[in-house]
Amino acid sequence: MGAPEKNERLIHVSLLVVAFSAISVLALISLFIFTEGLPIMFRYGFKKFLFSLDWYPSEGHFGLLPMIVGSLFVTTGAMLIGVPLGLAGAIYLTQFASKKVRVVVKPLIELLAGIPSVVYGFIGVVILVPFIREYLGGPGLSVLAASVILGIMILPTILSISIDSLLALPPSYREGSIALGATEWQTVRMVLIPAARSGIVASIILGMGRAVGETMAVIMIAGNATSIPHSVLDPVRTLTSNIALEMGYASGEHRQALFATGVILFVIIMALNTVANLTSRKMSS
Amino acid sequence: MRVRLSPRKQQRIIKSIFLSLTILTVFILAFIIFFILRHGLLVVNWQFLTRNPVEMGKEGGIFSTIVGTVALTFLALLIATPLGVGTAIFLTEYTSEGKLTRVIRFGSDCLAGIPSIIFGLFGFILFVTKLKLGWSILSGGLTLAFMILPTIIRTSEEAIRFVPQAYREVSFSLGSSKWQTVSRVVLPSALPGIATGVILSIGRSIGETAAVIFTAGSALRLPTSLFSSTRTMSVHFYILAREGISLSKAYGTAAVLVVSILLINVVTYYLMNRFLRKYS
Repeated sequence: MGAPEKNERLIHVSLLVVAFSAISVLALISLFIFTEGLPIMFRYGFKKFLFSLDWYPSEGHFGLLPMIVGSLFVTTGAMLIGVPLGLAGAIYLTQFASKKVRVVVKPLIELLAGIPSVVYGFIGVVILVPFIREYLGGPGLSVLAASVILGIMILPTILSISIDSLLALPPSYREGSIALGATEWQTVRMVLIPAARSGIVASIILGMGRAVGETMAVIMIAGNATSIPHSVLDPVRTLTSNIALEMGYASGEHRQALFATGVILFVIIMALNTVANLTSRKMSS
Repeated sequence: MRVRLSPRKQQRIIKSIFLSLTILTVFILAFIIFFILRHGLLVVNWQFLTRNPVEMGKEGGIFSTIVGTVALTFLALLIATPLGVGTAIFLTEYTSEGKLTRVIRFGSDCLAGIPSIIFGLFGFILFVTKLKLGWSILSGGLTLAFMILPTIIRTSEEAIRFVPQAYREVSFSLGSSKWQTVSRVVLPSALPGIATGVILSIGRSIGETAAVIFTAGSALRLPTSLFSSTRTMSVHFYILAREGISLSKAYGTAAVLVVSILLINVVTYYLMNRFLRKYS
């Protein structure tokens, strides 16, 4: 075997090794989060961990229910705001607006996907929170504030992926439907949305993943109380904020409990990822 | 009694509702940028950019946080770019679609969806504690590298796929080996596309907070080595705003952040368009 062929083999093998970098990082992350978080879950009791209301780390009480409910509320709120706005925008820009408008507006919205989450959080603090406190009551730092800001944050994700999946449809779908005498709206509702369903669903799930995982913005505006909120104006703490707020000073069991919070978050996110992945694969096949 | 609207009327109503929602979306997003810039740009001047923070950031500028941000971002790119581009080359040039590519791509997609706080936890336990690197540029850079890896893999893969098959065939017919073809024909042609991914990752690194604050720490002095703890602009902004140290400095830092990220995204967009136009 000549030297060049040997080189080629070497390159092939090194690229194969490099190609496993992403999946190895994923494995490493799971390994470390789970080995740090699982022991305390077993010791403290799985059920108590998930369904107890008391989070007093200094006294050894690690009930995560308020945070799980908090994440659920805030994410649901974000979806209620982000999904209709995002889908309406995607449908308008692909079906009703001229191409010129779309070519300007879509990149503009995608540009905004890059704005750091701390900036969104800050906008929440200086504008939205005082507004809610003044006109709707409560402390301002609330489920509502977090939902609105998160809803805005996931807009670019939902918009841009939905636009792509609507544009990927063959033009004949639309033309055929219009030729049969359907209006544009009927075409959208009865032909295009069902056809682009899996892409749209994937965009929503990815947006949801982003809302569940968002940390800094939520800390700044959600109020972070460790109790179950009774109204949208009550403060709330999410799983992510629970980690970030206490990581700075936690040690021993307390730190392990934060890693256990990470385990729960990790499992939720991986489930969402897998679903999004499967639906978008269905789209491409 | 339910009134049934004619399809035409329905369409007109829907169209105007959707138009207003779209305008609302664009308005909200534009307002955020406008608001930050209007309050922040007043604070930003040469001194703000070149002086170190004094009294926890209450006075002075943000110079050391700019240095910290650049150092972390640079280190992250240095690690993630070869790994990401290598993975993309393997996926596109060295293997055919099958179980292996699906597994690799699934791993990368999952990694892309993992929230930054999880990266922060992971980087803290592995780099800061287990490997005893402490809160440092090294720990933060490694953590960020892992975070931006999926972005670089995906954009590089798309860029390499865009290079016309004919380029490869011509190179092979001239007697080049596989690696010669990849390194001298495919990669140079895909370079602008790959650059797009890299620049996009710069934007993501600059804006990152949760993953960085637990791995690079939040020291305000100028970093002297890879083992110094440092504070990035985003972390600085977060601390200024959350602890109410100085609202005006917070606005100023936010403006610098937003302007740099917008610039980066505009450059990315421009590069990508040029790249796409060249091959289609």
